[in-house]
Order: sequence, then structure tokens, then C-alpha cells
Amino acid sequence: MSLNWDFIVEVIPIYRSAIILTIRIAIIGVVLSIIVGAVCSLINYYKVRGLNLLVRAYIELSRNTPLVIQLFFLYYGLPKLGIMLSNEACAILGLTFLGGSYMAESLRSGLEAVSRVQVELGLSIGLNTFQLIRFVIFPQAMSIAMPALGANCIFLIKETSVVSIIALRDLMSVTKELIGMYYNTTESLMLLVVCYLLLLLPVSFLLIFVERRLRYAEFGV
Amino acid sequence: MSSKTGEVILEIEGLKKYYDQKAVLDGINLSIKRGEVAVVIGPSGCGKTTLLKCVNGLEAHQEGSIRVDGKEVGSDDFSWIAARQKIGMVFQSYDLFPHMTVIDNILLGPVQVQRRDRAEVTLQADALLERVGLADRRGDYPRQLSGGQKQRIAIVRALCMNPDIMLFDEVTASLDPEMVREVLDVMLGLARQGMTMLIVTHEMEFAKAVADRIIFMDGGVIAEESDAKTFFKSPATERARRFLNTFYFE
Repeated sequence: MSLNWDFIVEVIPIYRSAIILTIRIAIIGVVLSIIVGAVCSLINYYKVRGLNLLVRAYIELSRNTPLVIQLFFLYYGLPKLGIMLSNEACAILGLTFLGGSYMAESLRSGLEAVSRVQVELGLSIGLNTFQLIRFVIFPQAMSIAMPALGANCIFLIKETSVVSIIALRDLMSVTKELIGMYYNTTESLMLLVVCYLLLLLPVSFLLIFVERRLRYAEFGV
Repeated sequence: MSSKTGEVILEIEGLKKYYDQKAVLDGINLSIKRGEVAVVIGPSGCGKTTLLKCVNGLEAHQEGSIRVDGKEVGSDDFSWIAARQKIGMVFQSYDLFPHMTVIDNILLGPVQVQRRDRAEVTLQADALLERVGLADRRGDYPRQLSGGQKQRIAIVRALCMNPDIMLFDEVTASLDPEMVREVLDVMLGLARQGMTMLIVTHEMEFAKAVADRIIFMDGGVIAEESDAKTFFKSPATERARRFLNTFYFE
């Protein structure tokens, strides 16, 4: 079987703009997920009254519904409430809504693994709650939770492949379009796989590097 | 330090602490003067560790009062953040912060809590490390150290805050036997320099050597309190006699 190289060369710019869109949604979505996750996990960890139950409810809603449906609600539901968002904003919001709960649960597992002794140690030298979190609890929790957080990052980046459902021209969407128009199925799908690998392999290696750095202190290399 | 010997640093009156309905501390009265070394001994579960944890606020008490440097716990001008800077504590578990090097472990409190100059504290930390024989380990991570080394660093970490009193909670109980001595020697050195210390220990020979006063606890109360010589030679109570006998083999 021979590949149609002319076709490939011709459509590469289309894939390039699609991959840029995917990267933009993924980066902003993942970063916001980590922030939402950090806040939620701390609320759960400290069992903040009033907010704790709310966060638990959010987490269950978020991780037990598919992203496609969350995107539908944001894209078609929000305008009915008078909130108009761009497709891209909806995608980022949806990804954050989904990712926040995953990050929260992974971070919580890290927080809860930090021993009571470490907390007492921190208190005994006079740290206040904020300092205790910043210098003692969070660095150790991050180190413990890092593998799970890394898996979440990759999972979320891959989840962006459903945003075509709200009319965004991401990798998945342009691939389907090209197959529909030119029937060059093999070439189109191959480009799709290559793009995702180009996107995710560096992320994967970066995560390994970050994990080593973070865990060096406690576990050695 | 010695100029103010005699001033009361820690005063505990009628201290009671319950877990559920059970009284772990059942009316403790104790006062520690500057420069004094008081050693608390007694059987497991008698409330020794709980007493120390109440003194620096890691456990809350239900009745009675604790005064640190004249300020009463719970009063308007009292804060644990301030009090804990004057109370150094060393724990049984010889834990350091595992993600920080030795020197960062020591600097955290003085720099972040006391807002002291990093360079000045570093000088003090290095001098203290030198004194406990660990100057060459300042850049190491805790995982690279033995239990005894970690415990000596833990002592330095507490000392570097320039506390008025040091609490030691069975600091050698989890160590391998050959490491006990190096830690006890550091404590003995501190005592000779006039540091005020409240020590919980099961090392009777060490207690004999270091203590100005022995506080024997049993069942959440102070059953006997006397100077070290008297206590070990002729304990006044039957309970203390029985406890001391468990340490001898014949």
C-alpha cells in the first residue's frame, strides 16, 4: 500500500492549526484543573465547613459524567441562562470542570499521605496554617501525588479530542472532515496519530523529568 | 541565661485532659524554673507525652491552666505561634522534613516564622551543627542520615529558634541502641550549659545523670516529685519502687 504524499504535504498546514488549537485548550485546561483541584483538595483535607459537601458534590458530578455531555450543557445550556461563551471558552471550561475533580482526588491522596507527625513538627516550630501548607504539607503531597497528577494531565489532553462536538476544529474534527471530503482515510488517520504522539510524548517525558526532580529529595533518583 | 535563674518559665496548674470520658491527665501541677532540668518518668500510658503535647498546644486540655513565660494559654495576649517559638520540641519519631536538606530544615523556623536574617541564622546553625558533630552533613537530605543523626539535627532545629525551654519526648525510644548515646550526650551538654529542659525518657541512668528533679507520673497524676538522688535511692511511694524495679534484673 502506498501513501499519497502529495495529499499529506497539502494538508499538513490544516493539521498544524488544529494541533495549535488542541495545545491551547489543553494547556489552559490542565493548568486551571490543577488550580481548581488544589483548592478543592485543600477544602476536603481541612473539611472546611459548608464548602466541604459542596466540593464533594462537584467532584461526584464531574467525574461521573462524560465530558461530551458536560460540553453540551455548557455550549447549549449556558446561552439559555443568558451566558454567551465562545466555543473555545466552553471547551476550556468543560475540560477544567472535568479535570478539577481528577486533580482534586489525586492531590487529596497526597495530602492524606503526609503523616500527622510532619504536621505536628511544622506546628511545633511555630508555622501558621498557610506556612504549614506551603512549606511542609504541599511539597510532600505533590511528591506523593505526582504520578497520578501526571496521568491526569495526559488523560485530559487526550480528552480534548471530543471538542469537535461543539464545532471546534481540533485534530479529531479536521481528520473526520478530510476523510469525508477526500476519502484518504489512511493518510488522515496516520497524521492524526502522529500529531497526538508529537503532542503527548514530550509531555510524557517532561512529566518523568518533573517527577524525578520532585521526588529526588525523598526517594533519591 | 544564668543571670535570670529562678524565674518561672512554665507553670501548670490543675491540668486535666480527657479522651472521651477517660482522664489522661488528671490534675497536673508543675512549675519549671529557668535553667532547671526536669525529667518525667513513668509507665507507658501514664500521660507523659500528652503532658508535653499540651504544653505546646498540639493537644488541647479541658481544665486547669498552662502559663508560658507568664502568659496564660487561651488569654487574649496569648498565641501559640508566639509561644511555640519559645518552646523547642523534639519528638520520639526523629522526623525531619524529608523534602528539605539538613540546613533548610534548620532554617525554616528562624527565617519563615521569626523573620530573622538568613545569613545570621546560617552562622548560628553551622555552629550548632559543629557542636553536635554534623557540620559535614548540612547539605544532605534526611534519607541519607541515620536515626541518631536525624535526632541530633532535630535538636539543632529546635535550638536554632533560641527557645526558653526545650521539651524532649522519649527522643531515644525509637533509636537503635548504639545511637542512643550520641543523642543523650548532646542533651547532657545542653543541660550543663544551663538550658531549661523538660524531658520524658525511659533511660534511667541518663535521668539520674541529667535531672535536677524527677517527676514520676502514674495514671495521669504526678505520683512523686523529688530530686534525682533521693528518687532513685529511696523512692517515697510504692508505685515508684515497683516501677524502678522493672529496670533491674537479678
